[in-house]
Amino acid sequence: MEAMYAFFMDTAGMDEMAAHITVAVIMATIMFIVMALCAIIFTWMERKVAGFLQSRYGPMRTGRWHGWAQAVADMLKILGKEDIIPAEADKPYFIFAPLLVLLGSLLAWAAIPWAPGFVAADLDLGLFYIFAVTSLVVLGILMAGWASNNKWALYGAARGAAQMVSYEIPLLLATIPVVLYTGSLNTQDIVIAQQGGVLNWFVFRDPFLFIAFWMYFIASIAETNRGPFDMPETESELVAGYHTEYTGMRFAFFFLAEYANLFLVSMIAVMVFLGGWWSPIPGLDFAPAACFVVKGVLMVFLNMWVRWTLPRVRVDQLMHLCWKVMIPVTLVCVVGAGIWMMASGAVG
Amino acid sequence: MLEKYLPVLLVLAVAMIFAAVFLGLSFWLGPRRPNAQKNSTYECGIPVRGSTHIRFFVRFFLVAIFFLLFDLEAVFLYPWVLLFQPMLAAGQGIFALAEMGVFVLVLVVGFVYVWRKGGLEWQ
Amino acid sequence: MSQKLVDSLQREFGTDILAVDSPRGDESVTVAPERLLDVLGHLRCAGCEQLSDVVGVDHPDRAERFELVYLLRSYADNERVQVKVNVAEDAPVPSAAGVYRSANWAEREVYDLLGVPFSGHPDLRRLLCHHEFEGHALRKDYPIEQGQECARPEKLFTDEDIARAAERANDLVSDPDDVHDELHPSDLLTVNIGPSHPATHGALRAEVLLDGENILEARTEIGYIHRCFEKEAEDHTWAQVMPYTDRLNYCSAMLNNSIYAMAVEKTIGVEATPRAQAIRVIVSELSRIIDHLVCVCANLVDIGALTNYWYLYNVRESIYETLEKLCGSRLTTNYARIGGMSHDLFDGFDAEVRTKLDEMDVGNADVMKLIARNRIFLDRTVDVGVISQEDALSWGYTGPCLRATGLAYDLRKLAPYSGYENYDFDIPTGTNGDTHDRIMVRMAEMVQSRSIILQALDKLPDGPLNIDDNSVVLPPKESVYGSIEGVMNQFKLVYEGIQVPAGRGYGFGEGANGELGYYCVSDGTGHPYRLKVRPPCFPIFSSYAELVRGGMIPDAIATLGSLNIIAGELDR
Repeated sequence: MEAMYAFFMDTAGMDEMAAHITVAVIMATIMFIVMALCAIIFTWMERKVAGFLQSRYGPMRTGRWHGWAQAVADMLKILGKEDIIPAEADKPYFIFAPLLVLLGSLLAWAAIPWAPGFVAADLDLGLFYIFAVTSLVVLGILMAGWASNNKWALYGAARGAAQMVSYEIPLLLATIPVVLYTGSLNTQDIVIAQQGGVLNWFVFRDPFLFIAFWMYFIASIAETNRGPFDMPETESELVAGYHTEYTGMRFAFFFLAEYANLFLVSMIAVMVFLGGWWSPIPGLDFAPAACFVVKGVLMVFLNMWVRWTLPRVRVDQLMHLCWKVMIPVTLVCVVGAGIWMMASGAVG
Repeated sequence: MLEKYLPVLLVLAVAMIFAAVFLGLSFWLGPRRPNAQKNSTYECGIPVRGSTHIRFFVRFFLVAIFFLLFDLEAVFLYPWVLLFQPMLAAGQGIFALAEMGVFVLVLVVGFVYVWRKGGLEWQ
Repeated sequence: MSQKLVDSLQREFGTDILAVDSPRGDESVTVAPERLLDVLGHLRCAGCEQLSDVVGVDHPDRAERFELVYLLRSYADNERVQVKVNVAEDAPVPSAAGVYRSANWAEREVYDLLGVPFSGHPDLRRLLCHHEFEGHALRKDYPIEQGQECARPEKLFTDEDIARAAERANDLVSDPDDVHDELHPSDLLTVNIGPSHPATHGALRAEVLLDGENILEARTEIGYIHRCFEKEAEDHTWAQVMPYTDRLNYCSAMLNNSIYAMAVEKTIGVEATPRAQAIRVIVSELSRIIDHLVCVCANLVDIGALTNYWYLYNVRESIYETLEKLCGSRLTTNYARIGGMSHDLFDGFDAEVRTKLDEMDVGNADVMKLIARNRIFLDRTVDVGVISQEDALSWGYTGPCLRATGLAYDLRKLAPYSGYENYDFDIPTGTNGDTHDRIMVRMAEMVQSRSIILQALDKLPDGPLNIDDNSVVLPPKESVYGSIEGVMNQFKLVYEGIQVPAGRGYGFGEGANGELGYYCVSDGTGHPYRLKVRPPCFPIFSSYAELVRGGMIPDAIATLGSLNIIAGELDR
């Protein structure tokens, strides 16, 4: 980033503002491309992981080697699909909803620190900002379901909204113990505080943080609407839930957003609990961005593993789990981490 | 301070542009052959009856209210969390914890009340 | 067989019992329509817990044109009895829906297909045919060439129904500080689950009335793939019906084949050879395994446990390979023949089946590891879709769904056929009658089927495959090509069909999903005069609306999967 500023200011002769804008546009474009790539790669990965768990192969033909081009082909196919807007739908909202879902995810990506200094938006309230903008996804889903004027979509949206707002609370609460240690919400600061090998990662700092990590993990599955918590979709109950009426590119946006969100929550987990760009062994930090991405992909794999192993919970059980189990547990984690910190005299 | 949020705005703009490009591409490449059947609302093959824009189930409304309460409480925790270390360093650890303890206690009392009232039951 | 019941009827009703006979060992009594309800009520008290089915037969030449046969069964005493009434056209028959719940749909079917009106029936509408359909398809004088176009879907809930449901829901809320506001009819949504829904596994429709996620009321509609199997059968020879039976329960075609062959053999008065019987047992049990695999894995998919699907479906796929090798097709086997089988087993069948059964063990063990103690699975299935034993009997439940309520009733054990008495096996039962028990009973039954197959393979008798009766079984090819008698024999059997002596027989067996029966009426020609199927899932699905009331949509879906409703046999 610094090098980029230097390049634009010194070599290209821009003033500071122009350089800022140029760099930000480049970063934003990179973000978008990475996000689209992620969606494509993770779709393929999901199919391969599912295949592996289900004693079958998954895609094998398209592109020869293990069907690597399957997701690309799917995307191209979707581009050529008809865009159907039901006659009964609330047109403006129907059209806007997928964009909102996509934006909610993409905006959050901007605050992810891939490597030291390499972050599109280096915000003091980074973590807070991430949780704030991901709430847009809820709005998008609610809007999609309501605007579709379809009963399945309505139920999907209602369930989705209830689920996502509920699980946002344990999600927030689970990260609070970490902030206790860092004293900062800046995403880079959070990662920097975990320098020094695997034992310095927040997940292993104290028992409360360890529990908080798993609480975060469970809540993050719910936030991304994936099995066993795929209430808004539940294809065997609600046909396709909130996106029942969506076709073509608009459907693809929801799809893109699902995988973008999946990687987003995994990256947040890595950033907050799993040492961010630091390698597990101190001093081996040659490729911070690669280390960050590898950890992120491992978290994604864990997420997929869970999805393809567990049955789906029922909507009341889902709420029960959130309100009666996870919120109390995460509250205990917050208080417990504070006491632990004081008792051990540990300072981040 | 606010110029730090400039990239956010730009990300927003770039996302909009890309989304527009993809929608445009799909508009250009995809067929458009609407008909009454295709544009009808799906309900497993039976013509839809009634509107979905009804009075929304009170259950979801309750969840939204609880969310507002608890999410705000969680947000209120953040300033304390940020100040915890400085206070710890200043030897006010017990005070900081007690302060938080009171706040969380209020939260828990409300929580227990909602629980006992059956507000968390789905049915 | 059920002399006791007939005696008690004769004691009680004396001369009101117009006739007693026992065609092919099926005890039957004839009563006047006015006394029908008394007789059924008496039988119910005397221990007949279940009305299996109501068969209607049309005799246009008789003054009392329609003959209704009520098939009754007592589980406690393991007895059966048939009650017959004869009624003139348009003369109402008192409805038995108040005595047996299964009568509701059974009578609707008779009303729909034959036009017999039932007085006092709670909901006398068409069932299999479209509500706009005119005429009654199973009447002998129905012009089958006449096409009818019916397209408008039926509203299962009227606006008054919805208003009433809202009122009822309001009445139930007695707590004054309940957070619920007063429900208004416009707050309720009617949602159609099916006919085109991912979880109905076939074209069924359930319209549910929802208050939020709760199902206040449900109503079902069937008949989407009704294809007049029974009418078709009347136009074919007895042997030609065989391939159509494949399409009834397409998940276990072998069972349909074998039981159909058995039913016709019973009507003729012959019995298959020991070897054919043993082969029928083997393929039937393989079929049962496949059916259970499909049911369990689809049920698990409905609950969201997708991975289990492959662990079970791979096994099914593998067993299908064997079946394909055996009879040339996978789904529609058409393997049994009246009087024997189409052909013998192939070389190496024995070893192949044994490997397949081992694969099944592995697949089932994998699935059990994933679900048996899985908290989510248990939360989703235990106490979901519960039916009590008494209700299950009254609704006409049979098979695994009945056994899940704890009643160890299996026709293979208690009315053995095809030599089932020679095999040693258990009847797995559940305790609760919920979705969990239905799944677990099926899982356990696969183990029993495996054991039956192994025993049958071990003692597979040699000897002829088909019975030695030229009037039933086609002559061997050498004889057809080598002698005029053979050609004549083949010709007569193919063109005129097997001449089943005039009479009737109810042949039944334990289908994968319960009692599968064929009520055969022959007038002595080569064609069935009437062939009525008793599909096991028909009465089971009739209870579905009751079963899901008060639950949630996810429960309704999980329950539907565990009942194993196969639209092919439901609609015929």
